[in-house]
Amino acid sequence: MSLSVRDLRFAYQKTPVLSGVTFDAAPGELLAILGPNGVGKTTLFRCILGEQKRYSGTIEIDGTDAGTLSPRERAHRVAYIPQTHGMTFRFSVRDTVLMGTSHTLSPFGSPGRAQERAAGEALDRLGIGKLSDRMFDTLSGGEQQLVYVARALAQQAKILLMDEPTSSLDYGNQLSVLSVVKDLSRDGYTVLLSTHNPQHALWYADKVLALSDGRVAAFGRTGEVLSPALFGTLYGTQTQLYETPGGTVILPVPNKPESKGDQP
Amino acid sequence: MQRVNGRKRRTVVLLLAGGVLLALFFASLTLGRYPVPLFTVVRILWRRFLSLFGLSGPVTWTPQMENAVVSVRLPRIVMACLVGCSLAAAGTTFQGVFRNPMASPDILGASNGAAFGAALAILLGCSQQYITVFAFLGALLTVALVFLIAQRAPGLRTVNLILAGIMIGSLFSAGTSYLKLVADPSNQLPAITYWLLGSLSGTRLSAIPVAAIPMCVGLVPLLLLRWRLNLLSLGDSEAKALGVNTDLLRAVLILCATLVTAAAIAVSGVIGWVGLVIPHLSRKLVGSDHRGLLPCAMLTGASFLLLVDDVSRNLLATEIPIGILTAVIGAPFFIWLLLRKEKTL
Repeated sequence: MSLSVRDLRFAYQKTPVLSGVTFDAAPGELLAILGPNGVGKTTLFRCILGEQKRYSGTIEIDGTDAGTLSPRERAHRVAYIPQTHGMTFRFSVRDTVLMGTSHTLSPFGSPGRAQERAAGEALDRLGIGKLSDRMFDTLSGGEQQLVYVARALAQQAKILLMDEPTSSLDYGNQLSVLSVVKDLSRDGYTVLLSTHNPQHALWYADKVLALSDGRVAAFGRTGEVLSPALFGTLYGTQTQLYETPGGTVILPVPNKPESKGDQP
Repeated sequence: MQRVNGRKRRTVVLLLAGGVLLALFFASLTLGRYPVPLFTVVRILWRRFLSLFGLSGPVTWTPQMENAVVSVRLPRIVMACLVGCSLAAAGTTFQGVFRNPMASPDILGASNGAAFGAALAILLGCSQQYITVFAFLGALLTVALVFLIAQRAPGLRTVNLILAGIMIGSLFSAGTSYLKLVADPSNQLPAITYWLLGSLSGTRLSAIPVAAIPMCVGLVPLLLLRWRLNLLSLGDSEAKALGVNTDLLRAVLILCATLVTAAAIAVSGVIGWVGLVIPHLSRKLVGSDHRGLLPCAMLTGASFLLLVDDVSRNLLATEIPIGILTAVIGAPFFIWLLLRKEKTL
């Protein structure tokens, strides 16, 4: 499913958060959303998820205006993968994933065999079937994040929204979660992923949407868009890109002491 | 493998809880000032049951025995089960809706409103039936008011509801205090005080359907929606992303839980603790999945209140109000639950 956002504007009270954001994402694409804190990444997600309804502009999912969708219809199309967070009540991994199937049930229904199977398949697909019987809160951060991904798969929506999925993970788990997500996009999912790590965008993203002050600072293919100049605009830091055999690497330019004269 | 065990465990616990309730039910019928053997109890009930179909059986017991079992104990025991079941179900629902294990059935001020209604009815010199009706309406009115206020306030809906509940609740409790002040201290004041302590004494058979109908109207949707309650307990944004119409679902759950609470408080007075302790206990028994939790809480809630009521009417020559006993038994029990090391399922 494709997602297309046109001239999205949103303001909290009088403070504009998003001013004219336009981009699109197609199946098979992993779109990284970059931008400093408070730039409106989360607000953008909330608009797409229908949590914020008072926006202007259009959000279209496969040509349908997302504003006209009921929560249930939306859940058929878009899945949200939150950051790992504490739960008030303890659920098992299987029950957590099973909750992704709820929109396929009647309002008074409980999950049955078909839903159990969908949940099991989602867990197996990510290779975490053996965690099914564990309690969610006993898992590591990386495992918890994968369980949320599995829940999104069980939801069978083709657009995945991930809000900084790697922010609380260690290095190894960051990479394993991202490569799982990358594989999913290869399988035809449309993935939107907000991140604070430009390196992740360089390694994994097909396209990049860079937001600055609620506006689109850049949007396009990763290789064409990401540049030291853009990082300067976004984060106010000096960086340098290096081509390595393993891909492009971004490194900060250290603040060298001012050179005194031109003595050899 | 473990999963099978988890499922099995849930089924076993539910069956056990049902068995305990059934055993307590019959045991309670034998208890009282006028002892009736268990076998006789069963035969009295069996004959009553047959008579529904126009059949009859031999009578081998005294009319006093039959009177004690059928007219005095049975209504009270059934009512204790209904009230316990309702308060536990409402407590479980409110804890899930508010994602807060400290929530209880009166979190939205229902018991304060009911108390005010009952006190007003007593002050006006109304009969028992009207006291019940006033208490029921008082509870419903309070929660409706709380809901309307929370609807209009900006910000987080659940926080608004709890804050509005505290405010409206304290308003009504101030009202009750005033009514106690102006009540006739020789008869009205003790009646109000006694009502506030909660009691099931003097429950008549005719009162059962009056309480049971609103309770069932509330309990059936709660049971049907218990899977969705899991989703709501994740928080609004996640529940919405999973396809739940959170505002509607929350409103329906609160409406049903309030109906059930109001019916329970109206017939029994203010009985605390059941709605707080029983969901906790049940969570330890079957876990947090409301598919198992809600039925388990309903069964254990019924057993708990029945047991407490048995103590209330048998321990001393004069009856101890059940509201006092639930606290005396509930508080140490809750402390024990808190101190117990958590076992992972």
